[in-house]
Amino acid sequence: MTIQTIPLSWYLAVSVVLFIMGALGVLIRRNPLIIFMSVELMLNAANLVFVAFARSFGVLTGQIFVFFVMTVSAAEVAVGLALIIIIFRNKHSIDVDLMNSLKG
Amino acid sequence: MPMTLTLSLFIVLAAVAIASAAGLLVSRNTVYAALFLVLNFATVAVFYLLLGAPFIALAQVTIYAGAIMVLFLFVIMLLGSEVLPRRQVLPWQRPLAIALAAVLLAEAGFLLFQRVRLTTSLANPEAAVNTTESLRTLGMALFSQYLLPFEVTSVLLLVAMVGVIVLTKKVKGEPG
Repeated sequence: MTIQTIPLSWYLAVSVVLFIMGALGVLIRRNPLIIFMSVELMLNAANLVFVAFARSFGVLTGQIFVFFVMTVSAAEVAVGLALIIIIFRNKHSIDVDLMNSLKG
Repeated sequence: MPMTLTLSLFIVLAAVAIASAAGLLVSRNTVYAALFLVLNFATVAVFYLLLGAPFIALAQVTIYAGAIMVLFLFVIMLLGSEVLPRRQVLPWQRPLAIALAAVLLAEAGFLLFQRVRLTTSLANPEAAVNTTESLRTLGMALFSQYLLPFEVTSVLLLVAMVGVIVLTKKVKGEPG
């Protein structure tokens, strides 16, 4: 099976659009869970660029880096969701606009 | 695969990926947002397959669409925070954010058209297509050259696990 080549810049364009939508989600949403999901979307866009460039240069280092990014983001999600649960326990809401003080 | 088939597959996948990201942005219900994100991860996994990275594609499906999103859905159900009440504390925040995102998009598009030639094709397309061979190379690299980072990530995961348990543990005598 020969996979025909789609230009590298197309992958970059898709990735750019996904990344910007993730950034927009972080900025406009107030639900911390959706903000978190938008961060995951941005990580995913970065991963797509890594794999596209790894393919473009014919090296595997990009794929290995993507693997590490996935591991770190799994750890990050676990800790972040735990923090959201603690905030909910203290404030009985997770609206980010209510998190305006450093006092618990 | 003929070129037109790959091309149409790419275009459909790109459309689905962008539409599901937009759905994540606009959906009021957090559960729907999570499901849109799962769809997005699945399309990106197919992108990885198109790019000749089957291991990354499978890791994407199992880690992201499987583990991480299940964790998200668990927390959404646990908190019962599917829909937040509509309230606007900073009325200028949303238009400003959209304007800034448009500026970022324009900058990125300018750079993309300026620096990267649109027809730059992927070099040596046959290099990584032989999937069994590329999988073997990837495994060898991961466990020889990148062995130390690989082991460090396991420590990182352990620390995250212990940290989460410590964070969410109820202190004795504390209400709630």
